[in-house]
This record gives sequence, C-alpha cells and structure tokens, in this order.
Amino acid sequence: MTSPTAHRPTTANSPPAPVVRDPNYNFGYLDESTKRMLRRALLKAVAIPGYQVPFGGREMPLPYGWGTGGIQVTASILGPDDVLKVIDQGSDDTTNAVNIRRFFARVAGVATTTRTREATIIQSRHRIPESPLREGQIMVFQVPIPEPLRWLEPSEAETRTMHALAEYGGMHVKLYEDIAQHGRIATTYDYPVIVNGRYMMRPSPIPKFDNPKLDMSPALMLFGAGREKRVYAVPPYTRVESLDFDDHPFAVEQWDAACALCGARDSYLDEIILDDRGTRQHVCSDTEYCTERQLAAQGGKP
Amino acid sequence: MYVAVKGGEQAILNSYRLLDEYRRGDPTLPELSVAQIASQMPLAVARVMAEGALYDPQLAALAVKQAAGDLIEAAFLLRAYRTTLPRFGATLPIDTSAMHLQRRISATFKDVPGGQVLGPTYDYTQRLLDFSLLAEGREPASPPSSGQGLDPHMPRITDLLRDEALLEDDASAAGDPEPVDLTREPLELPAARSARLQNLARADEGFLLSMGYSTQRGYGNTHPFVAEIRYGTVEVEMHIEELGFAVTVGCLEVTECQMVNQFAGRPGQAPCFTRGYGLVFGYGERKAMSMALVDRAMRVGELGEPADAPANDQEFVLYHSDNVEASGFVQHLKLPHYVDFQSNLDLLRRLRAGTCPLKAGVVPPANASGDGHAVASADDSAASPTKEVLAS
Repeated sequence: MTSPTAHRPTTANSPPAPVVRDPNYNFGYLDESTKRMLRRALLKAVAIPGYQVPFGGREMPLPYGWGTGGIQVTASILGPDDVLKVIDQGSDDTTNAVNIRRFFARVAGVATTTRTREATIIQSRHRIPESPLREGQIMVFQVPIPEPLRWLEPSEAETRTMHALAEYGGMHVKLYEDIAQHGRIATTYDYPVIVNGRYMMRPSPIPKFDNPKLDMSPALMLFGAGREKRVYAVPPYTRVESLDFDDHPFAVEQWDAACALCGARDSYLDEIILDDRGTRQHVCSDTEYCTERQLAAQGGKP
Repeated sequence: MYVAVKGGEQAILNSYRLLDEYRRGDPTLPELSVAQIASQMPLAVARVMAEGALYDPQLAALAVKQAAGDLIEAAFLLRAYRTTLPRFGATLPIDTSAMHLQRRISATFKDVPGGQVLGPTYDYTQRLLDFSLLAEGREPASPPSSGQGLDPHMPRITDLLRDEALLEDDASAAGDPEPVDLTREPLELPAARSARLQNLARADEGFLLSMGYSTQRGYGNTHPFVAEIRYGTVEVEMHIEELGFAVTVGCLEVTECQMVNQFAGRPGQAPCFTRGYGLVFGYGERKAMSMALVDRAMRVGELGEPADAPANDQEFVLYHSDNVEASGFVQHLKLPHYVDFQSNLDLLRRLRAGTCPLKAGVVPPANASGDGHAVASADDSAASPTKEVLAS
C-alpha cells in the first residue's frame, strides 16, 4: 500500500488518547425527533414481544451491516448518566466494538466500560455476556437479518402474513428435515425462538449456547436491524423458548476442554489455532469474563 | 501461550494515518483541489450526488476527494452527512418543460419542435484514447459559434403525445398525497410509485443498468422507446406559507428520461402508450434511462401485465438497489465471525464423525457408525471437544 518507510507511528505502544466529545453533533448523534420516533417504535416492540416493528431507519456514519441498527437503538435510549459497554463476538477489544465505543464517546461523551456488571447498556454483536445480567440493564443486539422465516420465504410481504397467522409450521419442518438428514438439528446460531408463546423471533446470530440466557432474563433485550429497518424486543421476565421436539429436545454446546487462560468450563469457547500442525487451544469468547476470572485466581481485585 | 487480542484502538488510529497517506499519493505532485474535482470530474460528482441523494456539487467533490475516487464510498459519506440536515419542507414539483437545456434528444421523431440538440455528449466520440491529454496544458476546444441560441420553445415530446391522448396522462390527481419519503419512513409493500421512484433515483447506477438491460434481453420486455432525454438546469421553487406564494430557492442540474412503452389496453380502456420515468441529479443519462426502464418494469402490476421477470418484482428491485446498504452488508463479512464459525465448525466435525467418509483414503473416525444417521452421543467427544447438553 505504501512505502516501507512510511509512517512509523511513534505512539504505537502508548495508550491512545481518550476520545473527546464532539460538540458539533447532537447528544447521541441522532436529532431528538428521530430519537423520539425510535423510542415509540421500541415501546411498541416491548408491548408486543418478539414482533418486528418497522421504523424510519436513518443513515448512520458507519456502514450498514456493521451495527447501524444497534447504534440507532443505543443512541435513542442513551442518557448522560449511562455507562456503555460494547462487545463484538464476546470481546470488548475487537476493532468494530472499539469503533462503536469510540463513536459514542465522541458523539455522546458517555462513560464506557468493559465490565458487564458496571454497564447500564450493553451493545452486542453475536453474544450475550457470561456474567448474569440484572434488572435495569439493557442489552442492545445488532441484527443483520431480523426475519426468522427469511430462508424459508424470501418475500417480506409473505413473511409478515405468516407472522400474522402464526404460520410457523415451515420452521418445524426445516428442523425435522435436519434430523432426518443429519440425525440432529443443524442450526447452531441464530436458532429460532418463540417469544411469550406467540411470535417467532430470530435472536440475532448468537450461538444457541446463549439462547437460554434470553429466557426470563431480568434485563430488557432490544434488537435493532438498521438496513432492514426493524426493531423488536424481549421485555424482562418474558418466556423465550427455543424450538425443539419432544424426542429431540433443545441442546446447547458444552466443551470437554476448559478455557486455557482462566480454566472456565461453563463459558462459550473460541478455538485458537496455535501452529501449522493443528495444535489448538480453547479460550473464552467473553474476554471480560475471562479476565475477571484470571484476576480473581491471582487474588487480585477484579 | 495465546494472548487475547488487544490494541484494536491503536490499530484503528494507525489505519487512519495510513489511509490519509494512501489517499494523498505522491507528495511531490500537487494536491488535487475540491474545486478541480467539482469542475473537471462533473460526471463523478453527478453520480455521487445522485446516489448520495444530496444536491451539493462542492460537498460531493469533497466526498470524492476524501474517498480517493471510490464513488460508492463517496455516496456513503454524503448520505451520512445528509441524514444530519434539518428538513425545511417540500418544494413544488420541478417543471422540466421550462428547463434551461444543454441537451435534448428524441428517438421517436426525426424532427421535433425546437430540434434535436446533442450538446456535450460522448455518444459520437470514437473511443480512441486522446494522447494529447497526456500532455498537460492543452487549451480546450473553444465552444462552437452557433448563429442563434437554442429555440426557446422546447416542449416535452411526451406532452405532444399526451395532447393526442396517445400517451397516458401524468398529471397528479386531485388530492394527490405528499410523496413518500423513504429516508423518514420504512419501505412498505406494495410500494407507492413515489416511493419506487425515490428508491430508483437513489439507486446504484450499475444495478439499475443491469436490471434495465435484463428487460431488453427478454426478462420482462416492455418495448421501450426513448421519447425524450433532456439535460439542463431547472429552478426549484418553494411555497412560503408566510408570503402566500412560491419563491425560487435555487437551481438544479438534472437529466430526465421519458420512455414510452406499448400497452395493449384492456376492457374499458383504449390502448395507449405508457410511461417509464427517469430523473437524476446532474448529467446522468445512462442512469436516467435505466431508471425509466425499471420504473416501467415495476408498473406491470397496475397495468395488468404478467410479472414474471426479476425487474418486475418490486420487492427484489427495491430491497437490492441501494449501494450503501449493499456495500455495507457484503463487506460486513470481513468482521469477525469467530463465534458463529466455531459453532458451525463444531457441528461439522460432529456430523462428519457420525457419517461414512465420502472418499476412499479418508480414515473414518473411530465412532463412525457408517449408517449415515448417527445419533448424538457422548462418543462424539472423541472427535470433537464439544458435546451438547440439554438446556436447563
């Protein structure tokens, strides 16, 4: 890309300067009437758990597919006293999570944290933290495709009718076909759920390991799909059932391996390839959970 | 020992600096100014304004400069800025028959009132590289000295056809509602024509070009003729409540394409030509024509024609036409997907562990049952460190 002598940053090892609030933008980037429109859509979503509410999605300064739905939801509910945590694939440190956290520090000046228990709002892509959530916390999920029936029926007009009629047999057939073909259900993430006994919902691409955390959670779960212009919600203490059959009950992954860093056996593990001879290691996907456990083991204060 | 990835923030900041240097290019060459881009790359600026859905040549040129010539990225920059602007209201419909023309052609009549006006066009250039442009400092050709200016009377060809009742009317009906604004409201299906036209006006030129082309090759033929293409400047008027009348608030360069298409008529309705309409910011003839083809293709429902081609499918066209949406979602695949991939990897290992190998030479895992229908069991852990437990 550039000549080898180009730009050798002298600050490579010093911590980046803290992000300063940019006064040129309204608090949370969006204007107040847009935030009100979004909050109305979210209230409707909370009132009809699992139902996809269309909203007038705005164009954000980050690309579609990179969390614009979650960002708009967070922007509309964020207050000056909130403490924001942003994770991507369970990690606070992946580049997209860092970028979204920096965005809110810049346009809202809110406090940010990596600690799950300190956060009032947790925006996430593809994971629910391992540490239990509590009342008053809000999870905001970034959703790429909100429609659980999309791979069965590409037309939005059709799928909205199917939801209205609770016509969900096709999904059961798909899961049954998995069992007939593979001997097991072959859906591993974005595993469909029924919310409050009525609407089928796509929990965003979280691994099915995280599905049980949605059920009767004390925290409010909000889902935002920016490109598709839909929001939906699971209110606190709402039933969320993963689809299954009596003879093929819903099951989640569990590892024989433990986390190589903190020894956890109860968390979702990522596989790391260590060399070209196939040596592998498993580590916690939730980096904050892992770090806290390591600190606790060292007797340090978490 | 693996150490969790850290330092994403510093890496991002470094990428900003590398990008800035990449964009600037060779520092021994003079920097390109925004004014130069706006003035000497007007077609790039027009495309960015059209797809960025904001008429501002200076900001569009800035976006082209900032995006290092990536026009989709430039349109994205302009859209992200546009979304922060306050909305004062809606203008009156622009009157393209009163356009100050630079170009106006018709493919349906040999001669038309006001004549055919080629204007500045690449159409009849023989596409030979002009090596004289390599040597900088060449004087541009002087504009042709025409004896008289353009005929002030340049009626739209479609108006002439309409006056004979050969072409469907395009006047707004009484009580015509305000047009849909897709930047404020979600798309609803079936979409009103105003929503479809707004979507097409913002749509990616390449997408529209291909969809329009597909209708010409047999996927939903609409038998189009170019009644007229005109390019020039129109005044934009706004009705000011306090004044009680409309005032001109500015000027726009636009390209308009009106296609006329065959229509057989139906019971109670005499046959007449139907319209496909294209309008884009700036000089954008290829896109205006493609838009007119696709607009007409999406009208098959209201005209009672078969809707069996991709370009006839409103939902398909409208949901996939926007390059800012498409570019973001395609490129999101480069974000980390460790978690989802891990769950797929694990499932695949277990499926393979329980299935007969497809190729000779592959050693079957110890617990392969060979019947192709292995049932999950604790033995799976021999092949994979993961097993499934019932969720409590």
